[in-house]
Amino acid sequence: MSPSEARVTHPEVAPVHVLAPATELVRAERAGVSYGDTPVLAGVDLTLRAGDFVGVVGPSGAGKTTLLRLLLGTQRPTTGTVRRAPGVRVGYVPQLETVSWNFPVTVGECVLMARSGRLLPWPSRAERADVAAVLERLGIGHLVDRHIRELSGGQQQRMFLARALLRDPQMLLLDEPTSGIDVATRHDMLHLLGHLHDDGMTIVLTTHDLNGVAAHVPDLVALHGTVVRRGAPLDVMTSEVLEQTFGAPMDVLQHLGMPVVLDRHAPGRPHGA
Amino acid sequence: MLETFLEPFAYDFFVKAVVVATLAGALCGLVGVYVILRGMSYIGHGLSHAIFGGFAASSVIGVSYVLGAGIWGFASALAINRVSRSHRIGADAAIGVITTASFALGVALLTVFGNRGPSFDAALFGSILGISSTDVWTLVAVSVLTVGVVASRYRALLFATFDPEVADVSGVRVARTDALLMLVLSLAILSTLSVIGVTLVAATLVIPAVVARMLTHRFATMLWLSTAIGAVCGLVGMNLSYHLDVPSGTTIVLTGASLFVVVLTLTGVGRLGRTQTRSGTPAVL
Repeated sequence: MSPSEARVTHPEVAPVHVLAPATELVRAERAGVSYGDTPVLAGVDLTLRAGDFVGVVGPSGAGKTTLLRLLLGTQRPTTGTVRRAPGVRVGYVPQLETVSWNFPVTVGECVLMARSGRLLPWPSRAERADVAAVLERLGIGHLVDRHIRELSGGQQQRMFLARALLRDPQMLLLDEPTSGIDVATRHDMLHLLGHLHDDGMTIVLTTHDLNGVAAHVPDLVALHGTVVRRGAPLDVMTSEVLEQTFGAPMDVLQHLGMPVVLDRHAPGRPHGA
Repeated sequence: MLETFLEPFAYDFFVKAVVVATLAGALCGLVGVYVILRGMSYIGHGLSHAIFGGFAASSVIGVSYVLGAGIWGFASALAINRVSRSHRIGADAAIGVITTASFALGVALLTVFGNRGPSFDAALFGSILGISSTDVWTLVAVSVLTVGVVASRYRALLFATFDPEVADVSGVRVARTDALLMLVLSLAILSTLSVIGVTLVAATLVIPAVVARMLTHRFATMLWLSTAIGAVCGLVGMNLSYHLDVPSGTTIVLTGASLFVVVLTLTGVGRLGRTQTRSGTPAVL
């Protein structure tokens, strides 16, 4: 553990090695990504610091997953630069849609993948205990021997979160962690991420769920090929920014000090027109 | 009845053939698990044809066909893996282009320069009589290497097969792991060609793994099951080859196919869905 790290615990979540606040973890400068001749991201300026809790919102095709890949380092920028602090442990929770659910692994086997460094194929007693503990902490300890396809969407999200947490990450990136799950489970997931952030973990997630993210995440990025706006929910969730980001008119109300986004009703305009 | 069954074991060549067929079946069953789970069921078919190009090239150049075809097959496997991982075109298309081009080049070389190496008929269909001591020791060495790789890189191979992007982020050297698997796969195909043959080796990679997948949803169990099923198919198939006087590759594959039908009948067609990969295609040929 470096001098800038301290070990803290929380009664509900995993112990986390936290970095000194405001340590710069990733800096993207004028970063762009093109797939062939198709630009996906351009001119992205974004800095992530230790302790950030960032929600990235934007329409389908806005480049949210590509932005996560840039931050992870699995995608190189075709223009500009992305610098990452060395030695930062990263956890990644992929989109559920990208996973082959017929793959023959149980929940326990899947979570154990996080410990890929050990040469022996079978888990040690300590590893088994760690897997059981992280699954128990996320409320799915009883599912350890189930095949991954037998889980609900929320349980699948928790399983991948468990795999990421088993690496004791300092930075956690989640791609659409609130998609494919019901409202209560979505609330639980965002609440859980809030606890991890309270314990010092840096978190970045992408989502389509504007109201959920506005209620739980303190720092938002509106993305549409580039960063349209970054700031607190009340600064980002404005009609102007959302229309610029999503290309559709939206109204924003305030409820208990939080923005609530509504699709704008166009009087006299029939549905589907 | 028992006497008839045991009769061929009096011949040294048959004992050698049974040992090789059983080992070849087990080896293909083990490697085949990764092949079908990566949605690359066609790779066995493609690589064996690519290796045929290597046979021809090594024959023309005058180097050992094991070395020449091995290097050729490994290079083809790496090219296929690299192209398919780039997501620009699918694995099936990459295999189709690279291996058929290699096969065509092999045919062209043989046509122009003539065959100066081993019998290509045996390489195409497998032969009990064509198994040499070199084949036996090559297969033993490749089997030991494969078991060593699978055991020591078990976790990295599993993670890179299941979710390469997250594996990469989690510290697995995915490109190196993929290259290692492609090396093992090429060697497995090369070392089993003498008994199974170019045209049928793909089935020995796929069938045991598919049957095993229908019987379990645990990865570790699937590895054991697929290896055991491959070994049984090799053992039974080689005996059938002797008694029916049919090429060994044919009877080994037909034994596996029969087992597949039995398991499909007992477990139901629904279990076949387990073998679907992300592309949505069941992993049977």
